[in-house]
Amino acid sequence: MKDLGCIALFALIVACVPLVTSSGVALNFTMMALYACLLAQAWNILGGFGGQFSFGHALFFGTGAYVQAIAQLQGLNPWLALPLALAASALVALFVGALTFRYGLKGSYFALVTLAFAEVFRIVSLSVSFTGAGVGLMVPLRASASNMQFASRAGYVWLVLAMVVVALLVTAWLRHSRFGAYLQAVRDNEDAARAVGVDPFRVKLAAIALSAALMGAGGAFYVQVFQYIDPGIAYGPGTSVEALVAAIVGGMGTLWGPVVGAVALHLLADLTRNLFGQLPGINMVIYGVVLVLIMMFAPRGIAGFGLPARWRRLRGKRNG
Amino acid sequence: MLSLHKLSHAFGGLKAVDDVSLELPQYCLGALIGPNGAGKTTLFALMSGFLKPDSGRVLYRGEDITGGAPHRNALHGMARTFQIVQPFAQQTVRENIAVGAHLRLPGRRDALERAEIVAQQVGLAHQLEKPASDLTVAGRKRLELARALATQPRLLLLDEVLAGLNPGEIAEMIPVVQSIAASGVTVLMIEHVMQAVMNLAQQVWVLAQGRLIAQGTPMEVTRDDKVIEAYLGHGTAARLRAAELAR
Repeated sequence: MKDLGCIALFALIVACVPLVTSSGVALNFTMMALYACLLAQAWNILGGFGGQFSFGHALFFGTGAYVQAIAQLQGLNPWLALPLALAASALVALFVGALTFRYGLKGSYFALVTLAFAEVFRIVSLSVSFTGAGVGLMVPLRASASNMQFASRAGYVWLVLAMVVVALLVTAWLRHSRFGAYLQAVRDNEDAARAVGVDPFRVKLAAIALSAALMGAGGAFYVQVFQYIDPGIAYGPGTSVEALVAAIVGGMGTLWGPVVGAVALHLLADLTRNLFGQLPGINMVIYGVVLVLIMMFAPRGIAGFGLPARWRRLRGKRNG
Repeated sequence: MLSLHKLSHAFGGLKAVDDVSLELPQYCLGALIGPNGAGKTTLFALMSGFLKPDSGRVLYRGEDITGGAPHRNALHGMARTFQIVQPFAQQTVRENIAVGAHLRLPGRRDALERAEIVAQQVGLAHQLEKPASDLTVAGRKRLELARALATQPRLLLLDEVLAGLNPGEIAEMIPVVQSIAASGVTVLMIEHVMQAVMNLAQQVWVLAQGRLIAQGTPMEVTRDDKVIEAYLGHGTAARLRAAELAR
């Protein structure tokens, strides 16, 4: 239960940030980095632990965001809209997962199908009226905690921190549970998993639903912060890429990898923004370069890069 | 325990398994032998549900399980190993075995503890914390066996667990298989190592070109003309006998 201790410590330290500083820049950075953590962790459940590389996680992000926005516009309290958003994202995931996993799509095929689904949803949401079509949806600003909107960034930091902690707890549970063991077994060798009684279809389906629900939480959070959503933001490839790059750079299938990756990428993006000014798309270029470098030199990510692997090998030698 | 009725399976035009019927009694330690490409592994895949037969039926403990999913068969006590070892390479030996143990034990701690007991049974106890990818071939074969064993099977299908091992390692593995059978598990093994088959098997089935050509005790089967010819070519049985008479 070392994981739980680490998570508690992490939560405590980050929760203190808004108490220590009231600088808008610092709080904004903390909030956006945590938000990126959330997306990366969501992706990590399916991609890192399940080995199913989705290129269309925006599908679940966007669904969560739209449901959160639409429910509020219908007069529902955002705190009540949030579970709806999670459920809707999970439902979409079950649908996509049932289709793709039933027919055994893996690797690049699965990646392409998820990418295609996200694009289909983007185009559909551009043309139907209840998503506001190309204009998007505006959520009225009524700053109060009961309305899940906060006058200062501090409230948002705490909100997204709570979501990140839930995501961390889910990931920690994966590391110490039968479901997590099954999921990693399916990732490493599906036939071998089947031979010892694992039903890969059900395991992958549960993983994609879990992953999507967390992604949906990210979408709902986005709507609460920016009070606006449109098809490009919701279902565009940007969010999908951000989620997977942070997870891969940080270290797939680890607890802290996505956190490390998300923070590192955000630091990098801020740095380049300061160096190159507001050159549009520069952060995507940087992400691409970093992804290639990581894949070439540290395929296990930053977290799998130094100590843990070496420590594990040492421990193996001592016992062996 | 397991009976096959007129099982057939073709890959395109190749009849990999052709009208095979056999009966494996409970508590039997049986062996399935035959030259390369005889269809042994295909037959295993048909038994365990990895392949669906074109025709014929598979009965397990009196129940028709033809075409049933492998994970369901595993739940009912049928475990198999793979000829080409399939470890969960990124995980440690202990974690690998625990995946098998989880079939009967939902708790993580129980499964990890159970993994240790099983590892002792197959002689992997000193390598529990090693990543599976660091194991030697012999180690991986043991891991295959351990993972299957951890599911607490009633019927264990072993696909060439001795292939690729040196004589010393084979000598170490034979008592392991023996003790598994002695603990009440019905075992069917595909094996090329005849030393092991002669030592272990009570009953042997011989497959050649997809067909069952002989069955009986190891002694009976190795004297069978059809078996000799399947391995050594047409006409060799007569020539061997002539050579023996001449001496």
